[in-house]
Amino acid sequence: MRSFSYSRPTTFDEACRNAEHTRFLAGGTNLIDLMKSDVERPTHVIDIGSLPMRDIADRPDGGLRLGALVTNADTAAHPLVIDRYPLLASAILAGASPQIRNMATNGGNLNQRTRCHYFYDPAMACNKRSPDTGCAARGGRNRIMAVLGTSDACIATFPSDMCIALAALNATVNLHGPDGGRTVGVRDYHRLPGDMPWRDNILQPGEIVTSIDLPPAPFGPHHTYLKIRDRLSFAFAIVSVAVGLHMEDGRIACGSIALGGVGTKPWCVPEAEALLDGRPPSHSLFRDVAERLLHGAVADRDNAAKIRLAPRVIERALWQAAAGTPQSQTDKTIR
Amino acid sequence: MNVISTHIGQPVSRIDGVAKVTGQAKYAAEPHPPGMLYGVVVNSPIAHGRIETIHDTGARQVPGVIEIMTHLNRPHAALFEKSYMDGLGVPGAPYRPLHDGEIHFNGQPVAVVFAETFEAAREAAMLVRVDYERWPHNANFEVALHQKYMPSKTRSNYVPPKPRGDAAAAYALSAVKTEGRYHLAPEHHNPMEMHATTVIVEDDGTFTVWDKTQGPQAVQAYLASALSLSKDQVRVRNPYVGGAFGSGLRAVYNVFLATLAAKMLKRAVRVTLTRPQMFTHAFRPEAVMDIALGASRDSTLQSMIVKGVTDTSRFEHNMENIVIWGLINYRCPNATADYKVAPRDTYTSSDMRAPGAATGVNLLEMAIDEMAYACGMDPLAFRLHNYSDIDAMHDMPLTSKALRDAMAQGAQHFGWHDRSMIPGSMRDGRELVGWGMATGIWDAMFSPTSARARLGQDGRLHIATAASDIGTGTYTILAQTAAEAFGMPLDRIDIELGDSALPECPTEGGSWTAASAGAAVWLACHSLRTKLFAALARCKNAPSWARQDSVKLEGGALHGMNENAQDSLSLSDALSLTGQDVLEAEETAKPGLRGKISQMRKARFTHSAVFCEVRVDPELDTVRVTRLVNAVAAGRIMNPKTAASQIRGAMVMATGMALHEESLMDERVGRFMNHNFAEYHIPAHADIPDMDVLFVNEHDDEVSPLGVKGIGEIGMCGTAAAIANAIFHATGRRYRNLPIMPGA
Repeated sequence: MRSFSYSRPTTFDEACRNAEHTRFLAGGTNLIDLMKSDVERPTHVIDIGSLPMRDIADRPDGGLRLGALVTNADTAAHPLVIDRYPLLASAILAGASPQIRNMATNGGNLNQRTRCHYFYDPAMACNKRSPDTGCAARGGRNRIMAVLGTSDACIATFPSDMCIALAALNATVNLHGPDGGRTVGVRDYHRLPGDMPWRDNILQPGEIVTSIDLPPAPFGPHHTYLKIRDRLSFAFAIVSVAVGLHMEDGRIACGSIALGGVGTKPWCVPEAEALLDGRPPSHSLFRDVAERLLHGAVADRDNAAKIRLAPRVIERALWQAAAGTPQSQTDKTIR
Repeated sequence: MNVISTHIGQPVSRIDGVAKVTGQAKYAAEPHPPGMLYGVVVNSPIAHGRIETIHDTGARQVPGVIEIMTHLNRPHAALFEKSYMDGLGVPGAPYRPLHDGEIHFNGQPVAVVFAETFEAAREAAMLVRVDYERWPHNANFEVALHQKYMPSKTRSNYVPPKPRGDAAAAYALSAVKTEGRYHLAPEHHNPMEMHATTVIVEDDGTFTVWDKTQGPQAVQAYLASALSLSKDQVRVRNPYVGGAFGSGLRAVYNVFLATLAAKMLKRAVRVTLTRPQMFTHAFRPEAVMDIALGASRDSTLQSMIVKGVTDTSRFEHNMENIVIWGLINYRCPNATADYKVAPRDTYTSSDMRAPGAATGVNLLEMAIDEMAYACGMDPLAFRLHNYSDIDAMHDMPLTSKALRDAMAQGAQHFGWHDRSMIPGSMRDGRELVGWGMATGIWDAMFSPTSARARLGQDGRLHIATAASDIGTGTYTILAQTAAEAFGMPLDRIDIELGDSALPECPTEGGSWTAASAGAAVWLACHSLRTKLFAALARCKNAPSWARQDSVKLEGGALHGMNENAQDSLSLSDALSLTGQDVLEAEETAKPGLRGKISQMRKARFTHSAVFCEVRVDPELDTVRVTRLVNAVAAGRIMNPKTAASQIRGAMVMATGMALHEESLMDERVGRFMNHNFAEYHIPAHADIPDMDVLFVNEHDDEVSPLGVKGIGEIGMCGTAAAIANAIFHATGRRYRNLPIMPGA
C-alpha cells in the first residue's frame, strides 16, 4: 500500500470533485485489498461514509430505492427486499461471506473489480491494472476467465453476484457527479473491455453511485439465482444465472435473464429473452434461449468448460423459475 | 507398557485452549521488542536469470526506511551450500537467501526493506525496482517429465521399492487388467498463520528468534550454521504454531533474512510473509502415477506395476515415497515399482501432511477401486480378499494391523452393506448418490526424544521438551501423560514446549511426536517419582510410612498404604522434608525401551478405512460430499477428542485434495497464480458434512513405548480416494486427475 491522503466529506459537492488518482471508499472490502496488493494506487481516498445514502425506501411506482451505502447484508435481510425482490436477496447471499457482506455496500458491489489472477498480481502484465501493458491472462491459467464479451486486451470476468440479479431485474443506477446527477440502466452501467479494459464502467471522474432503483418485478415465485462454483461457499461463480419469469396461465409472458461468471460484464441478451415471450416452458425453448445467450462465446486455454457447462445451468435455472421453485442459498442441493 | 488409564485415553479439552482464544498464546509475529524494525520481502517475478540492477533510491526516500538489504550489501553469511543444509532438508544444494544475484525460482527474495513501521516497509518494498537478465526456464511438469531422473543420493527417509516375482509377466497373463495414468495437482500447505520471525537482540548480543517452525532446534542449528554463529548465540522459540502441515519442517527464508538483518542492523526485527508469499516456498509436488494391475478371475491380485514421478527444483532433489504403499499393503505375488523426480525451475517441493502417502495411497486406492469393478467385486470385499497381514514388500511381520476391524466397523457404521454395486444406480431426486471407500496407511514412527520433569516448592509438576505443538494438542496429551505417570491432577502440571533450549526433541512431523515425546515424558516422570521416593526414604524427619516401599503418589499427594492408608503428605511438604528446592529428572526415550521393541524385525504402520457418500448432479457437474466415516487403527489413542480433531482436519484437507485445492502454475513465468484464499480453494463449511471418526481397538506393545502410533497424517490417506471412488459409483465415470472440478 502506498501513501495517500484521506478525507471524509459530508456533502455530495465536496465529495464529487473531479480529481485525478482519487478513489471513493465505502465498505472497503475491495479497495483496501487492492491497495494492499499494490493494484490500486490512489493518491487521494475520499471516504463517502458520511454521505446520506443509507436508506431503503419505497418508490411511487411500487419499486424500491436501495441506498448506495446500505450494506449487502442489510439489503438481503430487508423485509421489503425479501418480500418483493427475493431474487436480489438470493443473489447477494450467494456471494462472498457473511463477514464481507456485513461491510460491503451496494454501490461498492457495482464497482467491485475482477478477480482475474493477473489483475491481482502486479508482477504480471494486465491492461486493466496498467493500461497498455498487455494481458497475461490470455494463454495463461484462465479457467476462471470470461468467455463472452472478451477482447484481445482483456478476458477478465465480471465478479459480482448481486449485479447479475440487478441486471435481471432491470434496475437503474443513480449517479452524482461534478455536473450533477444522471441515471443509467444497470445493463448499460458496466463496459465491455474493448481496447480500454481499465474502464470497468461508465462512471466519470468524480462521479459516485448514490442509489439503485428497482422497478416493480412481476415474477412472484418465478425466479431463481443459480450459481455453480468450485466450492459450495465463498467462491466466485464459474457460471451463474439470474432469471425472472412473468408467468401467465402456464405460459411465459416475458422473462429476464442475466449471466454471471462467464462475461466481462453482467451478460444479458435481449434477443434471447425475447424468445421466451408468450411461450410455454419446454426443453427446446430453454435450449434455444441458452444457445442464444452463449452465442459468440470464445474459450481461451483453460476455460472451455464454461461454454459446455453454461447452457445446462441456464436450462436448469429456467426450469426452477418456471416451476416457481427458486434455488435456496442455504440448502446446497440443486433441484 | 501396562498403563492404567486415569488420564491417558480421556477426552480432555485442550489445556492451551483458553490461552489461544483469549490471545494470551504468543505466536512468532507477536512479540514487540522495543525498537523493532519491520521487514518486507521483495520477490522475484522471474523464474531463472540474474539480477542486473536494483533501483532502490525511491524506496529509500520513504520516511522511516532504515535499510534495504540485498545480496550486494548483506552482512557475511556462510559461503557454501552445505552450511545451509537443514535437519529435514533433501539432497542437493540448498537455496541460500540473498547469496548472490542469481535467480533460481519465481518468488525468490531479492531484497528486504526494513523500516520503523510496517506501512513504510511495505510501501518502500513496492517502490523497489529490479532489472533482470532473463534466462530460459522450464516450469511445465509435462516437459519436466522428459528429464526425470533418480537422484544418486537419496533422502534419508526414502524407501526404495523392493520388487517381487515377475510383475510384467504376471500382468501379461492376468485375466483381468486395469491400467491408468493418475495425476495430482500441486498444493500449498496454507496454514492459517503465515510464516513469520521476530528476532530479539539480547543485551549480551545473542539472538532470541521467535519463528513459526515445526522444529526450534533444527532452526537453531540451521541459523548457527548459515550465519556462522555458535549455537549458544541463537535461541529459537515457537511455543505456539498456527498450523504448519509441513511448511515449517524446513527453515523458511524469513527466519534467515530476519536474523541476518538483526545481525546487520543490531536491532530487533520482524519479517512476516503475506499470503501470496506463502506460495513462494514449500508445496506438495505435482505427481503422476502410472498404475497397472492384473488379477485372476477369482479377483486375486496377481500383478502390480506402479510408476511414479514427482517434481522437484533444479537445485535440490526432493523425493517422496509415493509408489511403495500398494506393494506393502496388498498381498500380490508379483509387484514392482519405479520412482523418479522431474526437475523444474521452481522452489523445491516439500513434505506436506502425509508426504508421499497422501499422493501415493490415494491414487493407488483409486486404481484398486477400478480393479475391484473390473473383477465385478465389491470394493471392500476386494480389499479383504487381497488383504496382507504382513508388510508384503519387505516380507516382514507387522507390530499390528487392525485394518480388518477398521474395515468392518467403518462399514457397519456407514451402512456399506446396503450399497448397490452398479454405478449410477442410487438416486435421490435429480442427484446421483455414490458410495465409495478406500483404505489408508501411514508410517508409525518413533524418534529418540528427551524430556525433563521437575517438581517445585509450589507442588507443581513442570514438564519441558523442545517439541512443537503445531495445533495438534501436544500440550494436552503430554500433560495427560505426565498426570498418569506421576499421579498428579492435570491442573497442577505445566508444560513447556517450543524452545530450542529445552531437552532435545526432533522436529514435529511424521506423526511421531505423540509416541516419542509422550514416551520421554513418561520416563522422566517415573524417574522423578523414583527420585522423590528415594529422597524421602533417606530423610530422617519424614513420617515413617513415607519412607517405606508401600507409599503411593496419587492425586498430587503421597499416601500411605495398608495400615497407613489414612496418612498423606502434600508434595510441597514432601519436598521441604527432603531439604531440596526442586527435584528434577531428565530422560531420553529410545525405541528399544525395555528391550521389547525391535525396529528392524517388524514393520510399523497405522491403518484406516474411509467411507464416503457423495451426491452428484450429472448435468451441472456439482459434487457434494454428504457423509464421511473414517475408522482408524492407530494403537493407543492418548486423547480421543484431540485425536478425532486431527483426523477430521486431515479429512477436510483430503476433501480439498479430491475436489478443490490446486496451485495453478503459469509455466510461462514459473509462478503459482492463485496465491490467495479467494482463488486457492480450501473447503468451506458448506463443503464438509458431519464426519464420523472411529478408533478401533488396537493394542500394540511393540510399536512404541506407550503403544502409540500417532494420528496426524493417517486421515489424509485414503480419504481423497474414497471421494473419487464415490464419484465413480455415482456417475460411472472415472476421474483420474485430482482435484475433480466442475467441467473436468
